[in-house]
Amino acid sequence: MSGQSQRLNVVPTVTMLGVMKARLVGATRGHALLKKKSDALTVQFRQILKKIVSTKESMGDIMKTSSFALTEAKYVAGENIKHIVLENVQNASLKVRSRQENVAGVKLPKFEYFTEGETKNDLTGLARGGQQVQQCRAAYVKAIEVLVELASLQTSFLTLDEAIKTTNRRVNALENVVKPRLENTISYIKGELDELEREDFFRLKKIQGYKKREIERQLAAAKQQAEDQFAEKVSLQKGVSINSAHNLLSAAMEKDEDIIF
Amino acid sequence: MANRAQIRTSNSALIAMIADEDTVVGFLLAGVGNVDLRRKTNYLIVDSKTTVKQIEDAFKEFIAREDIAVVLISQYVANMIRFLVDSYNKPVPAILEIPSKDHPYDPAHDSVLSRVKYLFSTESVASGRR
Repeated sequence: MSGQSQRLNVVPTVTMLGVMKARLVGATRGHALLKKKSDALTVQFRQILKKIVSTKESMGDIMKTSSFALTEAKYVAGENIKHIVLENVQNASLKVRSRQENVAGVKLPKFEYFTEGETKNDLTGLARGGQQVQQCRAAYVKAIEVLVELASLQTSFLTLDEAIKTTNRRVNALENVVKPRLENTISYIKGELDELEREDFFRLKKIQGYKKREIERQLAAAKQQAEDQFAEKVSLQKGVSINSAHNLLSAAMEKDEDIIF
Repeated sequence: MANRAQIRTSNSALIAMIADEDTVVGFLLAGVGNVDLRRKTNYLIVDSKTTVKQIEDAFKEFIAREDIAVVLISQYVANMIRFLVDSYNKPVPAILEIPSKDHPYDPAHDSVLSRVKYLFSTESVASGRR
């Protein structure tokens, strides 16, 4: 992967190292948290999947029952109940209320149906078959109940699916891109700092050696001088300058006419 | 997460229907139907004379409306506008495919259920491997 050798473009300093380390800690914590979130969502997701499958299957039966109830009502009350019903539509008495449920920071919609106002049966089954019509209504209300439940499950399913995808993408991004990059940066800064330290150390050593030699030299010079001075003093006490004492010998080396041999 | 659709919380929302006459009548009897001031209904009765265009328009209108939380659609009607139903991916309103009286319900066609089945099988495979 190309992200492996990547690192952030930073100045290798101790401060930056601290910042990078803090960021790595943050990334690690975030990664752990997101992983937990993803797990929680997946658990929820599986439960919803199971529920959806079972509810979808029961929906078939319920719809069958309600269709049958409608047929019964039609048979008893006559075919034109259809038209009466269609004519009498005004305001919905059966409505849906939606609220949110929070699962690991993901808002899932939950629907629930409720009846509002009175159920209108102005003309339906006025002449005959009122009971069948009522049964039919009850059957369809039951169907609505199941369908609304299914709708909320399905919506949760879609939302959770999306949320899990995003969470997993983030987990992977942290794990495979951000963390390696930070680690690379940290090791780069550490290497760079080590190198600086070695350079510094070497320079210090060098300076130390130089200073040592310098001191030695000075010491030697001072010693020499002291010796010289001491010799001078001694010779002065003896009344002869050290230079002339030296000269005594050196002068002796010179050719002397008085000395025959 | 700017692109995620905001889930509306409303105190009362409607259930819309696109289905054959009998199913619609049954649900209307239960009290689902609503006619607003402009004589617009929240249901569409599909019969032999209804064109695909009409169904498409009704579907688009229902999913765009603010006050609709659930759209019930007969499966054979959904099959007519399958491309629209499949491309729809918002959580609200929820699209529900329902069986109709004279068309048996086929879970394989349901866009959500097919995804559920697919995920279910892969999930069980994946969980078995773990």
